[in-house]
Amino acid sequence: MVLQAYAFYVLAAVTLLAGLAVIFARNPVHSVLFLITAFFSSAGLFVLLGAEFLAMILVVVYVGAVAVLFLFVVMMLDVDFAELRQGFAKYLPLGIVVAAILTGEMILVAMSVAGSGAAKSSTGPLTHVGPFSNAEAIGRVLYTDYLYFFQAAGMVLLVAMIGAIVLTLKHKTNVRRQNIADQTARTPAAGMRIVTIKSGEGIEA
Amino acid sequence: MTIGLTHYLAVAAVLFTIGVLGIFVNRKNVIVILMSIELILLAVNINLVAFSVFLHDVVGQIYALFVLTVAAAEAAVGLAILVTFFRGRGDIAVDNVSVMKG
Repeated sequence: MVLQAYAFYVLAAVTLLAGLAVIFARNPVHSVLFLITAFFSSAGLFVLLGAEFLAMILVVVYVGAVAVLFLFVVMMLDVDFAELRQGFAKYLPLGIVVAAILTGEMILVAMSVAGSGAAKSSTGPLTHVGPFSNAEAIGRVLYTDYLYFFQAAGMVLLVAMIGAIVLTLKHKTNVRRQNIADQTARTPAAGMRIVTIKSGEGIEA
Repeated sequence: MTIGLTHYLAVAAVLFTIGVLGIFVNRKNVIVILMSIELILLAVNINLVAFSVFLHDVVGQIYALFVLTVAAAEAAVGLAILVTFFRGRGDIAVDNVSVMKG
């Protein structure tokens, strides 16, 4: 139990410090790398809670796909990032005031929620209901009660994929592309003409 | 000492605030704003999973899964818009976006 507490504090501290580093790093590439650190250590927090499936999803989807996508984009755009930090010091005091108020309020709410209602009677963390593992428990609910939501999530991803492709696809005007409809619609009558030339005369095109 | 629900909720609250602060201070840098949104959604997920585990109801984790899906889609579309914006103007200063000029 003591080891778990230590693990929690280490993972939580790493998550929060990495989160701070994300927003305060001068170089956006460093920001992305700290974002990966934050995702990774919160995956550790999920494992500590017993939600192994979501922890693995977090590593695979967030670290493996989303963060790497960020990394690609940051490296692809060559932008003067120093110029983009201009308003940084101007907004920092107000931002810290708002952030302090927000944190205080949310921790207050969290403490009151955790000490009352359904959470008060909680007997502690429990992830293995009956003989099922975490992944199996999720699958049993996700593919039955939440089947339509699951398919809707698939549609969301499909639309996002199509949207991203449509947004970034660039039609070059100086490249000739194959037009299959035109090719198959072409008939001998449209494609050639037979000219009888009298001997001794040329033809005009 | 045992780690209770409050500990996880506190971590999520601070992480959420870090995300909000990131949006505040990086007003011009839209890439960092997108990353801050990811941090906020991560904080939400920590909340959902913590409640799910402590209330013994797996539905919270399913909700977290859907949040994750939407976050991935949002990141993809947001970065695609960013790339298109960069192609059109050559920079990513978002305070100029209000100028509607192609």
